[in-house]
Amino acid sequence: MEAVHPEAQYRAFLAEGRFMLQRARGSGRHVFHPRVAEPGTGDTDLEWVEASGRGTVYATTVVRKRPPEPSYNVALIDLAEGPRMMSRVVGIDPEAVRIGMPVRARIEQEDGEPLVVFAPTVEDR
Amino acid sequence: MEGFPSGRTAIVGAATFGIGKAPGLDAMDLATHASLRALDDAGLALSDVDALFITQPQDTLAGMSFADYLGVRPRITDCNRSGGSSFMLQLAHAALALDAGYCDVALIAYGSNQATASGKLVQTSRNAFWDAQYKPLRPVSAYALAAARHMHEYGTTKAQLAEVAVAARGWAQSNPDACRREPLTIDEVVGARMISDPLGKLDCCLVTDGAAAIVMTRADRARDCAKTPVYALAAASAVTHGEISSMPDLTVTGATESGARAYAQAGLRPDDIDVVQVYDAFTINTILFLEDLGFCPKGEGGRFVENGAIAPGGRLAVNTSGGGLSYCHPGMFGLFTLVESIRQLRGECGARQVPGAGTALAHGNGGLLSSQATVILGNAPTHS
Repeated sequence: MEAVHPEAQYRAFLAEGRFMLQRARGSGRHVFHPRVAEPGTGDTDLEWVEASGRGTVYATTVVRKRPPEPSYNVALIDLAEGPRMMSRVVGIDPEAVRIGMPVRARIEQEDGEPLVVFAPTVEDR
Repeated sequence: MEGFPSGRTAIVGAATFGIGKAPGLDAMDLATHASLRALDDAGLALSDVDALFITQPQDTLAGMSFADYLGVRPRITDCNRSGGSSFMLQLAHAALALDAGYCDVALIAYGSNQATASGKLVQTSRNAFWDAQYKPLRPVSAYALAAARHMHEYGTTKAQLAEVAVAARGWAQSNPDACRREPLTIDEVVGARMISDPLGKLDCCLVTDGAAAIVMTRADRARDCAKTPVYALAAASAVTHGEISSMPDLTVTGATESGARAYAQAGLRPDDIDVVQVYDAFTINTILFLEDLGFCPKGEGGRFVENGAIAPGGRLAVNTSGGGLSYCHPGMFGLFTLVESIRQLRGECGARQVPGAGTALAHGNGGLLSSQATVILGNAPTHS
């Protein structure tokens, strides 16, 4: 079987509109970012599973650009499955993003590439 | 104790060169000037050096380039790539090798001409794809995220972050070599242009040229050198992650581990440290490291630094050179915290001298709070 680079596999799923995480079959632990072995144990028996898309803002910053270039949000999102990932919270002003805010993932196109971003869940608006 | 030959090796030479702007010279030229000054300081010759430790911003094979440039045939060559903490790791490895008789005289050097060459921080690494696709500013956004989290969990304020920058400026005003010496107020820091919230321009370190070097040997030989030896009492490090998205808790750094191991090696406690130099790439760093190194409880760093507590005349002498925020920041500041510690222990610091300084802690930070390394130095081989 030909090996597939974990990053390439992740991006291929995204191109199909699927946000996927790895999960170690032994421990049941979810892993992000994608890699060939579970961190800490070295278990290589990893499977791809669909992410729920649910998350919470762990930390947030606004990268300030000189106008007219727009400033933008950079956030760390704690996924419901456990792992944390860097992302961007969209749909609200970058300054309005708050730590602890519940968010949900969606896939947007940016520079011709699929990108996982997060929007505040409707209840929170 | 803890595997480190505490007090059995010493720093016998220390120097800087080209602090600020050093037009016309490249990084290796600057590192060489600093090295020759440090050897002169020690009363040793280039021909005495048999171990080369060097980290350069761009040259990832600097060990070989440096040996070539100096005409030295080292028994050990090490170009550690742990960012600003590289030099603390190199001190640790040099001490172990010297104590084992693996080498006799170790030179640790760094140089950068980033200010005159490019006018901005020279990047030594890039974000991994996972983080890079969201375009964080490297490195400042990572530290901004840590600051935001610290503010959220502990109520730390912009004004408390600004206290760190103002204290550093206070020390810089009594350091004739410091690049920024004009008065600075809390309001100016708080009101400065935002770069990556909550960190503004004056929460960020300088971009300068500069080089530093230190020379180490075993304690018995150190006593025959030109200057009073400064003993290596402890050196310990920890790595907790690479990218900021993998940092387990953005308010707790690996300094908790490196610091605890270093104190155990030296048989000392935070209360026993007379002067503290921490790598202040951003104002949040000083707060995090003062907490993690045990100078105040977790979460109290912001309140700890208030009212000039770490400025000249405060309760704890921190970053007496003016630090990366006001003294200089040639890209990887770790070695400069060691040089300032040595100068304080030798009593060479003039107007900024901490009276009777007998123990010093120097703490280096590498990557995105990723690598933490703590060194404790003393003017006697034992302090416990």
